[in-house]
Amino acid sequence: MAGQSDPHISLFSAEEVEFMAEDELIEIVPNMRMDPLNFICGDFGPFLPQIASQVPLWLAVALKKRGKCAIRPPQWMSVENLTRVLEGERESQGAFQVLPFHYVEISRLLFDHAREDIPDMYMVRSLIEDIRDVRIHKVETSLEKFSGTSAVKIPNLSAMEVNIIRPFVGRALQAFYKHDNPEKIPDVDRASSAQTRAANNEPRRQLRR
Amino acid sequence: MASGAGEWSAEQIDDYETLISTTDVELLKRAWRNEKASPEILPFEEALVKRAKEQIQLMEETVDDFAESGHDPLIASLYQMDLDRAQFLLRSYLRVRLQKIEKFMFHIWKMDTYRNRLSIEEEKFTERCIRDIGKYLEETVLSKLPDNYQSVLKQSIISEEDDMVPEPQLDTFVVAKCERATRPLYLDGSRQSASFDSRDDHFQMVPGDLCILRYRPFQEELMSGNISLV
Repeated sequence: MAGQSDPHISLFSAEEVEFMAEDELIEIVPNMRMDPLNFICGDFGPFLPQIASQVPLWLAVALKKRGKCAIRPPQWMSVENLTRVLEGERESQGAFQVLPFHYVEISRLLFDHAREDIPDMYMVRSLIEDIRDVRIHKVETSLEKFSGTSAVKIPNLSAMEVNIIRPFVGRALQAFYKHDNPEKIPDVDRASSAQTRAANNEPRRQLRR
Repeated sequence: MASGAGEWSAEQIDDYETLISTTDVELLKRAWRNEKASPEILPFEEALVKRAKEQIQLMEETVDDFAESGHDPLIASLYQMDLDRAQFLLRSYLRVRLQKIEKFMFHIWKMDTYRNRLSIEEEKFTERCIRDIGKYLEETVLSKLPDNYQSVLKQSIISEEDDMVPEPQLDTFVVAKCERATRPLYLDGSRQSASFDSRDDHFQMVPGDLCILRYRPFQEELMSGNISLV
């Protein structure tokens, strides 16, 4: 799909999207005792062995890396639920199933850092990959039906999916808008040159003939 | 009319609840996302940036204390990570703004609405930027061009407007998430009016909705915090 492979025109880089996902809360079971942590981003703890506690994902991963806790995979990451979601995605062509906004990043982080905490890890992983593929395919086919408008609802689309389609859809809708309202953007050349300028961060302008 | 007094107070309670449960990091993250995604420069989050700076400074002192007192290195490193994350957000927020200022400096300077959105430091930056760029263009190119073509802002003296000044393209499309229910809005940018029922191009979002929108008609919704950009 146009524009999806070039990381430079994505508004948020993959790292930035991951950064946002790392603030999502997740449950951990610590194996040590630790006083409450009073962070800028909020207060967490106290931590007691075997007592579950809610922390941001980045903190969970940091503790996990040091062998201080087990991470409890979220409810939606169970084989049952994911199988149901996948079926739902395959059945309904138009709509998307409900998944956390950051499901791709959260599952990636957990696969990378907490494999042994996820029951049926390989099954879960392949289910999530399938769900991703089906959804992306659906996004692409539904784009064919897009027409010129000022606002489109995209219910249940995830952060990663939004980031992928944004450059292409944004430009396409803008082109529709421009052709529908020639009087509102009189100088088409100038507007499109502004687009390229934004894309490659290079000031360039059309000279008047 | 359905919107009675009861509805308003529910909304206010909602506001209050989000206010006490939302940390400054969360607010800063929203400001950063909005600023990154919007084509124009948004009002500077002065109070928020001030609070974030204070909290970062406090945390820096705490982390230093940990290092000196030989505190548990694990806890110290966790606090350091929290600090790094907050600092990243603040820096990135300020940097995105500077990039926008560099891109649209002449336009921002010309328009009071935009100029009022800058912080004092940003205003100084803009002024210096304009002076330096102006001087640079003057020396390298403009002074060597024929008399009629020596303006930084205009292509030639016959131009009526400043046609060499890049302006933000407000008709770009952005992805927005609804934070609070917005009032119905016409997609041509006008507000709800008496002839409401006779038109079918109005658009309404409920909290949690995700949409791709043309930026211009939704400017106000963004400024009032009814929607945020993602």
